[in-house]
Amino acid sequence: MSATASHPDPAWLETLGAEAEPRVGFFTDTSVCIGCKACEVACKEWNGVPEESGGLSGRSYDNGRELGANRWRHVAFVEQRIEVGVGGAAPDSLAAEASRQQLVEGGLPVHDAGDGLRWLMSSDVCKHCTEAGCLDGCPTGAIFRTEHGTVVVQEDVCNGCGYCVVACPFGVLDRRREDGRVWKCTLCYDRLRGGMEPACAQACPTDSIQFGDLDALRSRAAERVERLRERGVGGAQLYGADDEDGVGGFGAFFLLLDDPETYGLPPDPVVPTRHLPDAFAAAAAASAALLAGVTAAFIGRRGR
Amino acid sequence: MVPAERPRSYYGQPIVKRPVWTWEIPWYFFAGGMAGAAAPLAWAAGATGNELLARRAWSVALLGVTASPALLISDLGRPERFLNMLRVFKVTSPMSVGSWILATNGVLIAPATLAALSGRRGPRPLRLAGRLAGPLAALAGPGLSTYTGVLVANSAIPVWSEARRELPFLFAAGSAASAGAAATLLTPASHAGPARRLAVAGGAMELAVGRRMEARLGGLGQPYRQGAAGRLAKAARAASVAGAGLMALGGRRRGLVRLGAGLLLAGAACERWAVYEAGFASAADPAYTVGPQRERRGG
Amino acid sequence: MAECHPVGFQWVMEAKERGAKIIHVDPRFTRTSAVADLHVPLRAGTDIAFLGGIVNYILEGGREFREYVKHYTNAATIVTGDFADTEDLDGLFSGWDPESRSYDIATWQYAGMDVAAGGKREEGANPATGARDAQGGRLEHGNPPETDMDLEHPRCVFQILKRHFSRYTPAKVAEVCGVPEETFIEVAEALCSSSGRERTSAFCYAVGWTQHTVGVQYIRTAAIIQLLLGNIGRPGGGILALRGHASIQGSTDIPTLYNLLPGYLPMPHARAHRSLADYLETSSAATGYWGHMDAYTISLLKAWWGDAATAENDWCFDYLPRIDGNHSAYQSALDMLDGKLGGYFLLGENPAVGSSNSRLHRLALAELDWLVVRDLQEIESAAFWYDGPEIESGELVTEEIGTEVFLMPAASHVEKDGSFTNTQRLLQWHNKAVEPGGDCRSELWFIYHLGRLIRAKLAGSTDPRDRPVLDLTWDYPTGGPHEDPSAAAVLREINGVDLDGGEPLDGFAALKADGSTACGCWIYSGCYAGGVNRTAGRRPGSEQSWVAPEWGWAWPMNRRLIYNRASADPGGEPWSERKRYVWWDAEERRWTGEDVPDFKADMPPDHVPDRDATAEMALRGDGPFVMQPDGRAWLFAPSGLADGPLPAHYEPHESPFVNGLYGQQSNPAREQYPRADNAYNPTAPDEGAAVFPYVVTSYRLTEHHTAGAMTRTVPHLAELQPEMFCEVSPELAAERGLANGGWATIVTSRTAIEARVLVTERIRPLAVGGRTVHQVGLPFHWGFRGRSKGDAANDLFSIALDPNVHIQEVKAASCDVVAGRRPRGPDLLELVASYRRRAGSRESP
Ligand SMILES: Nc1nc2c(c(=O)[nH]1)N[C@H]1C(S)=C(S)[C@@H](COP(=O)(O)OP(=O)(O)OC[C@H]3O[C@@H](n4cnc5c(=O)[nH]c(N)nc54)[C@H](O)[C@@H]3O)O[C@H]1N2
Ligand SMILES: Nc1nc2c(c(=O)[nH]1)N[C@H]1C(S)=C(S)[C@@H](COP(=O)(O)OP(=O)(O)OC[C@H]3O[C@@H](n4cnc5c(=O)[nH]c(N)nc54)[C@H](O)[C@@H]3O)O[C@H]1N2
Ligand code: SF4
Ligand code: SF4
Ligand code: SF4
Ligand code: SF4
Ligand code: SF4
Ligand SMILES: [Mo]
Repeated sequence: MSATASHPDPAWLETLGAEAEPRVGFFTDTSVCIGCKACEVACKEWNGVPEESGGLSGRSYDNGRELGANRWRHVAFVEQRIEVGVGGAAPDSLAAEASRQQLVEGGLPVHDAGDGLRWLMSSDVCKHCTEAGCLDGCPTGAIFRTEHGTVVVQEDVCNGCGYCVVACPFGVLDRRREDGRVWKCTLCYDRLRGGMEPACAQACPTDSIQFGDLDALRSRAAERVERLRERGVGGAQLYGADDEDGVGGFGAFFLLLDDPETYGLPPDPVVPTRHLPDAFAAAAAASAALLAGVTAAFIGRRGR
Repeated sequence: MVPAERPRSYYGQPIVKRPVWTWEIPWYFFAGGMAGAAAPLAWAAGATGNELLARRAWSVALLGVTASPALLISDLGRPERFLNMLRVFKVTSPMSVGSWILATNGVLIAPATLAALSGRRGPRPLRLAGRLAGPLAALAGPGLSTYTGVLVANSAIPVWSEARRELPFLFAAGSAASAGAAATLLTPASHAGPARRLAVAGGAMELAVGRRMEARLGGLGQPYRQGAAGRLAKAARAASVAGAGLMALGGRRRGLVRLGAGLLLAGAACERWAVYEAGFASAADPAYTVGPQRERRGG
Repeated sequence: MAECHPVGFQWVMEAKERGAKIIHVDPRFTRTSAVADLHVPLRAGTDIAFLGGIVNYILEGGREFREYVKHYTNAATIVTGDFADTEDLDGLFSGWDPESRSYDIATWQYAGMDVAAGGKREEGANPATGARDAQGGRLEHGNPPETDMDLEHPRCVFQILKRHFSRYTPAKVAEVCGVPEETFIEVAEALCSSSGRERTSAFCYAVGWTQHTVGVQYIRTAAIIQLLLGNIGRPGGGILALRGHASIQGSTDIPTLYNLLPGYLPMPHARAHRSLADYLETSSAATGYWGHMDAYTISLLKAWWGDAATAENDWCFDYLPRIDGNHSAYQSALDMLDGKLGGYFLLGENPAVGSSNSRLHRLALAELDWLVVRDLQEIESAAFWYDGPEIESGELVTEEIGTEVFLMPAASHVEKDGSFTNTQRLLQWHNKAVEPGGDCRSELWFIYHLGRLIRAKLAGSTDPRDRPVLDLTWDYPTGGPHEDPSAAAVLREINGVDLDGGEPLDGFAALKADGSTACGCWIYSGCYAGGVNRTAGRRPGSEQSWVAPEWGWAWPMNRRLIYNRASADPGGEPWSERKRYVWWDAEERRWTGEDVPDFKADMPPDHVPDRDATAEMALRGDGPFVMQPDGRAWLFAPSGLADGPLPAHYEPHESPFVNGLYGQQSNPAREQYPRADNAYNPTAPDEGAAVFPYVVTSYRLTEHHTAGAMTRTVPHLAELQPEMFCEVSPELAAERGLANGGWATIVTSRTAIEARVLVTERIRPLAVGGRTVHQVGLPFHWGFRGRSKGDAANDLFSIALDPNVHIQEVKAASCDVVAGRRPRGPDLLELVASYRRRAGSRESP
């Protein structure tokens, strides 16, 4: 994967200097999510996010469909056969049968011994990237890095240019039709300042959403995924817990039971900014070429 | 059930968001690009004593550079929102950099043009300003033509991001073609030579770079071969070929040359629209996002 | 449980983390199944067959917890020779009377014991025959007359049980429930292997088990399993009823039920209970804690009528209302429809959506003279007269409806003080967070001031029939901007006081039958002990023992685990170190342990009652079930049940399948009301049943609450499940041409409703009796008002009830499904009529 230098002490920390607090974030452990959507509702209640209904989606119990300006937490519902996710072995192959057994013993969702249907649920949210494409790309400085290391949009500065919308590798941000500005999870900046836990985490009955000091969360997550692996839970994997990844690690990372794309998450996100030098270099060369071209156009014929 | 297709996805839902931009944006790419290429053309014409071409080219530049903010503001909704862009300067944000480039070009092209148009009769300070602004505008112009390539490349939209090395060249070529063509239309053939040569060269380059880009994109380039983007790309290619051909071989037949110029302008516009539409298409299908990333991770 | 008790479910997840195995038995794959270790889909309405199979598995394999069973249940008790089982009568028990469609339970009694009486409370116990009510038969002393401690006697309960369940083999389970034999065995084995001295298993159930015409017997079967495995009264065991509305438990303890008084005292019967003496004689048991029923009852009368209640006037016993039959909610609706009921109060209930055959309820409300609705919203039950399906179809015309509707805005739980009683019998106090807005008022305010006004109107009346109202103790302190009565004062009255001195009582043991104590609900006595509101206790679990006695207050006497004496062996020693909970301390000569012992604190394990002992003193020291006259849990129930001393599998009232276990198709004692507006689908073997080939069940979604007034009206909740839908398998979708996201029309003999289609593999066809059965799932939350509207599932279901508790069968019925939306107006009626004609639906008795 296209990782650059790791980020033990990211630039933003220095810029904040004394004001910097320990970096906080989320560990969303989808293996205990029961899809109750309390997080979605708590978020909307606390942050006054408007309702937005597209009617029955026909996509399992997910009628919210995706993260956006009016949905900062989104619970995905994936109905699948066990074979999917354990290397796509053919339905009745021994491999599938074996992995199914594992999953049964691993205490993982199975439909019944006969056919392994499972129902994955996962509460998605802004990743509060170490290297945030939205923040880098924002021309107005509306998006900033808080003292907690989170990424927040100041709606009063945002001019709705929509550049962050395409700069986010996760499709988190979107522009709200009503006011033409973009909105996303603030990691409850206001609550953090008041020493409170984010609304979604507080509402989560199963502690699928764990809030806290990022380093602590990371080690807890490492243990958890180990335990699941020992139980033979095939697809269990951490997502976004790696400083080496394309965005320098997530502030809000996940424990998934299948590959990220099955939940609508990019398997190997890379912050666009990493390629920016290439692009600017190309632009410089192109500009030079353009000037050269113009000059060439005047060669000979007395410029007529 | 989520279909178990490869690459897998969440009910075939997009992963990255489609841009929120509207029709103004590709036209801005076109207008700004043309202005950016017209400035050096105008200055060089003046420098080589081709006053007539200089005046016409400066007018093209001014036209483009005033249309640009108008288009942006219409996309943003309110004028003050464009001013927000100038609150800060951020190298990590091509949109920020671009806003300053556009502003700078505006500030330089306006006096240069006015000076050129008023010629000897103009007031002294204006002539002075023009003499100062002219060469600077000529230098700044290309930035305006090419940064928009960086703007779209610096995104999570696969078909844009993966073409980051070609897009600036593509836009530069398109800008040259359109600036040259526009100036040719406005200038008597006797004085239009350089503009005409620039247009032809630009058109040719545009076609070459377009090929190169699709080659690099490979499978990701699919959107350029189907749907709206596909049709626009075809149209762009056809128009550029025809336009460049007519302008190159039209000789003294003014009608043909003008038709060629018109076609080149159309070609350059279609090319921007093709790029724009292709972006939406590749955002809409998660396969473009997941596919390459999976390959990277060897899954 | 994850769907409907998500907050409580966190503890299940915790248990799973600690290695507990979670098994989910449900026709549908739900959020619970998603995190369970094993999901067992079965055909709706067949759990008795499934659980009966487990009973058989235990008994055949000798897997029962022998010592526990021998001493703590009535397994050894010998039953009269006249008892005949379903084995002998092909699905009926002895005593069946086809005329009255009810059982005479005389033959179900213990041998050598005089007759106990009908479970049907409202029929009343008849003092003439010395018959007993559900509180149990008379025993000379704690010991039933005849027992065989070797459990060998052919007529001992254990042997009867063995014979009764012998036909519930794994093969039968597979045939009836559609559960593969190996899956069934995996479940049975899991249960057996994690029960005994060292381990316990628990059952959690809610209305998936209760809402059947055999609902009560579902729970009985689970009780039998748990008793055989020794999982009652021990930590980690039990049968946990996950209750419904917040404090629905409270509303049975201090009942909103027509046939109960506070503390499960039976409501007196017009004929059977002419005097307090009759009442006590027939409703109490001489032995066990019901032996003090006189004290409970007289203290209640003193709490209600204070000084007016004297020994001379029988403590105002005559002031109590009487019942003379079934006055349950459904009976009342039918009476309403037949013009027998003039006025009606709906306090926090929405029958126009929430009750089975909701259509009938709407028609019934239209027959009232007046209707008072207190609610947070203008619910369907308050708006039926101008906005509703019947107005649309032309069956009702606003101008012609005589009902005068009074809609009164209610204060919500955050706008008033009070207590919730939860599933664990735990009372938790909550304080008012905000004053109710506008005209919203609490129930307490409404009832208190209504009573005050009525009393003011009656003041000075000499008419004796006004005495009960005028003599009431109706003097609660009021305060706040709206003169709200003090909820704490009410709780204090419920706790009870010593009338000389007025000190709050420490518990029900202090209650007297001489009128010197007053107590509003004997089982709650102690919740205000020492004048402290114990229910407001909030000491965090981390700061106290793991039983957490200082969080809230549990009845009775703050016992967190009821019948916990069973956690020790007959000698009083814990069954095992792992499971030690309550035990006999030989030095102190007292019961002690983690929890408050649920036993007479100083009664030694070896206590043997002498002949003339009464109440708890008449129980043996090794009889943990102190509410039972014999101190033992009843595997076999000689009284208290209307449909048999043992559970038997009967098909649902409407079923496409014939009963695979007995000739008797469905519960013979179930309550049926065949009439044009409550027509029944034909049930197998009637070939008309083929017109309704699918099994339909109804349930909840996490996103909505019951009839929906609290969720379909709230934007942030309505958007989560924005439309009424039905869940079907891909196979059924193919069979009926249903498209995911499209529309389907579901039809029964009552009516047809439309719903969006959600095709999902979570609902799967089952192989039942060599046939494939398709099940249709319907959430019942939608109605015709609110931000998210939809047809009400309950329009489809009929009024067919369990005979013990009159609960509706909405978990299993038959239906047909076709693609597309339903017809409107008269065409809808025609569609349903045509179905009825084709099927030959039952429209009259
Ligand atoms: N979110 C939410 N929570 C609630 C409520 C709510 O409306 N919404 N309501 C509250 C109330 S009032 C109550 S009573 C409780 C009810 O709580 P539950 O009883 O859990 O609620 P239900 O969904 O009605 O029924 C549970 C399950 O029974 C299954 N089922 C249907 N038929 C059968 C059968 O024959 N056998 C078996 N084994 N299962 C069957 C259904 O598929 C369903 O999944 O929930 C309370 N909590
Ligand atoms: N088909 C089918 N039918 C069912 C069931 C099923 O599983 N399937 N479940 C059954 C069960 S278990 C139940 S409990 C019933 C529930 O059925 P209902 O009780 O009829 O329906 P609810 O919506 O719970 O009605 C409660 C009402 O009380 C109002 N309310 C809330 N708080 C207060 C308050 O403090 N004061 C007052 N006055 N009103 C308040 C709410 O706004 C709501 O309208 O449905 C039953 N019907
Ligand atoms: S996830 Fe997207 S929106 Fe969130 S911080 Fe990263 S780039 Fe920004
Ligand atoms: S839309 Fe707002 S937040 Fe996003 S980049 Fe533009 S100004 Fe920044
Ligand atoms: S942290 Fe706050 S803003 Fe972000 S999702 Fe949770 S509740 Fe919403
Ligand atoms: S609140 Fe917790 S359990 Fe419920 S959906 Fe959100 S993350 Fe899952
Ligand atoms: S709504 Fe109340 S009762 Fe129901 S789960 Fe949530 S907290 Fe528990
Ligand atoms: Mo309920």
